[in-house]
Amino acid sequence: MGISRRNFCKTVAGSAASVAVLATMPGKLLANWNSKSFAADKLDDAIAARYGALPIEESTAIQIKAPEIAENGAFVPVTVGTTIPGATNISIFTPANFSPMVASFDILPRMKPEVSLRMRMAKTANLVVIVQAGGKLYRTVREVKVTIGGCGG
Amino acid sequence: MKIKAVVQNNVVSVKMLIPHPMETGRRKDQSGALVPEHFITEVTATCGADTVFHAELGPGVSKDPYLSFQFTGAKVGDKLKVSWVDNKGGTETAEEAITAM
Repeated sequence: MGISRRNFCKTVAGSAASVAVLATMPGKLLANWNSKSFAADKLDDAIAARYGALPIEESTAIQIKAPEIAENGAFVPVTVGTTIPGATNISIFTPANFSPMVASFDILPRMKPEVSLRMRMAKTANLVVIVQAGGKLYRTVREVKVTIGGCGG
Repeated sequence: MKIKAVVQNNVVSVKMLIPHPMETGRRKDQSGALVPEHFITEVTATCGADTVFHAELGPGVSKDPYLSFQFTGAKVGDKLKVSWVDNKGGTETAEEAITAM
C-alpha cells in the first residue's frame, strides 16, 4: 500500500513545498465521483455500478426518515442512518427518477452513520437505501407518495 | 455556501446549504430548449487532518442542496472546511469555526 494521507502530511509539513502541496489536495480528494452509477437509468444497474456484484440482504438496521406523503417532489426531506457495525457507505436510490442513484455517503471513522438531505422524486415510488459493511450489502426500502413530481419543467 | 457547526457533548452537528441550480439536464427553458445539466458531484468536509464527510451527489438532489451530518472529536473554535465541485468544474471552499450550543 502507498503512504497514508496522515503520514504524507507529516512528511511534507516541514518542507517549504508544503503549502503548495496542501493547496492541491482538495482537488485530489474530490475526484471519486462514480459517473457510471449516476448515469445508469435502471435501479439494479445503478446499484451494480456503485457496489459491484456483492450479495444484498434485507435489513431492519437501516433507518429511513421520510414523509409518508411528500407534497412537493422537488424537495423531499430524507434522513438515513444505520446501526450496522462496520458500515462504510450508505447510498440512496429511487426508481422514481431518470437517474435512480441520488446520493452516496462515505461513513468515515469520526462520522455518525446518519445523514440528512433534500432530494427530488418524480413520482410516488420506493426509496431504496443500501449500506455497505465489509463485503456485504444491506437494503431497506420505504415508499414515499408524491403529489407533485420534482423533475421536469 | 452557509455552514453551521455546533458542538454539544463532544458531538458536532453540521448543517450546510449550498446555493446551486442543480440542473438535471431534462428541464426546458421558456424557449423550449433543454437546460444543460449542472449539478454538484462531490462535497467533502475536513476538520484538522481528517476528512469527516464525503458525499457523492447527482441530479436527484434538490436545488440548493441541504446536507447535515454529525461527527466527533472536535471542540469549540476548531475549523471545519467544506469544499464542493460540480460537473462543470465549478468549485467552492468555505471554512467555519465550530461554536458552542
